Amino acid sequence: MKPSRLDPTDRKPPTTSFWLAVSALVWKDLASELRNKEIVSAMFVFSLLVVLIFNFSLDLDKDARENVAAGVLWVTFVFAATLGLNRTFAAEKDRGSLDGLLLAPIDRTALFFGKLLSTLVFILIVEIIVVPIFSILYNISLFNPLFLLVLLLGTLGYTVVGILLAAMAIHTRAREVMLPILLFPVAVPVVIATVRASAGILSGAEWGLIAGPLNLVIVYDIILFAIAIMTFDYLMEE
Amino acid sequence: MQPNRNLRILTMSAVLLVLLSLYMNFIYAPREVIMGAVQRVFYYHVAAGWVGALAFLVTLIVSILYLATNNLRWDHVAVSSVEIGVVFTTMNIASGSIWARPIWNTWWTWDPRLTTASVMWLVYVAYLMLRQGLENPEQQRRFAAVYGIVAFVSVPLTFMAIRLWRTIHPVVIGSNDPAAEGQFDMTTPMRNAFMFSLFTFTVVYATLLWHRIRTEGLAYRVAIMQSRLFND
Repeated sequence: MKPSRLDPTDRKPPTTSFWLAVSALVWKDLASELRNKEIVSAMFVFSLLVVLIFNFSLDLDKDARENVAAGVLWVTFVFAATLGLNRTFAAEKDRGSLDGLLLAPIDRTALFFGKLLSTLVFILIVEIIVVPIFSILYNISLFNPLFLLVLLLGTLGYTVVGILLAAMAIHTRAREVMLPILLFPVAVPVVIATVRASAGILSGAEWGLIAGPLNLVIVYDIILFAIAIMTFDYLMEE
Repeated sequence: MQPNRNLRILTMSAVLLVLLSLYMNFIYAPREVIMGAVQRVFYYHVAAGWVGALAFLVTLIVSILYLATNNLRWDHVAVSSVEIGVVFTTMNIASGSIWARPIWNTWWTWDPRLTTASVMWLVYVAYLMLRQGLENPEQQRRFAAVYGIVAFVSVPLTFMAIRLWRTIHPVVIGSNDPAAEGQFDMTTPMRNAFMFSLFTFTVVYATLLWHRIRTEGLAYRVAIMQSRLFND
């Protein structure tokens, strides 16, 4: 039997080209963020608060600051990124525009890439602002190309799996609470490896000690990316 | 709804095997020279860890099968296997802690193996929480299957942790890091008792899984009947 025109399971092949769809989605998110500045400002202020709270709660002197800098910076970004990941899907759901995205005649993987790129841009903007401030407050220079590369790779891995799980978490009963519970344990290996690599770079350790965790970050990025691309379609069915 | 005959036979043999393995571990296997009686934790400690990893591997496979076929049976296997895996991983961590107290002189240390094992435990507890948090049954099954696949990333990492990094945790099977504490060489009776524990725990896992899948299927039928009753 030929499926009727109104049958939702009758999926026609996407009519928009893949990268055109991705760029349209990214542009939509950036335009909306430029107007209300909701996600970036929330993540930025939150990051500053976390940095301050760490400083008070750990009562850091000069040596301690150098030892824990990479860890504090990463915990800050992990918490802030979780806020952003939650917001990016929650806003779509609250506005009812998630259904619109699902109805659009585009590949579901394009939705994943669109959300990934726009969220990555928001998180990187926050990191670009917070890293210099952190450098000043903790009196430690973070402007090392290798350090910034590790930061980028770690953020990428965390955001990839974060997008996948945020798409799940918005459908749960306690959605804001659910994302960290789902995401933190899965992302722990990436975060640990990134912190190890960054700490090694900041303390000027030899390459052998940095290469191990750095490889682990790259391997995890690839594995998580592959899983996310293969499974994202299943989260986007209604 | 009595369990069928095969399941009853399997349950009986699992009980017998457990009794036999207790004999093997406490009487047949010799007392370890340096660590003494506490070394006997080893047999069930490793067996419980093995069942945890096996249960999560089963969950990975049936999660992929569920997404591919949309067959409810696979979802029932997935949730059953995670529940059993979490229980056995808890046993593994708890027994490890009991062993560590006299040998490492601490209940817990942030060693790579202990860290990755506890992270794995948390991932699968999150899996169960995800299922609790979703109301639409079809969506619950689909999301759980996706999370069952993502979650498995933590299992090989836990297995490899003592082989990749310098750690205090001994590798009894295969080569070992000189930094490990509590290392020992297995004699033949020890090896026999160890293999027997592994076998016993695998049978216990299969028995529990079968029972749990059965109750899951019954719960599903009850839910169907209920919805019919209230809709008529």
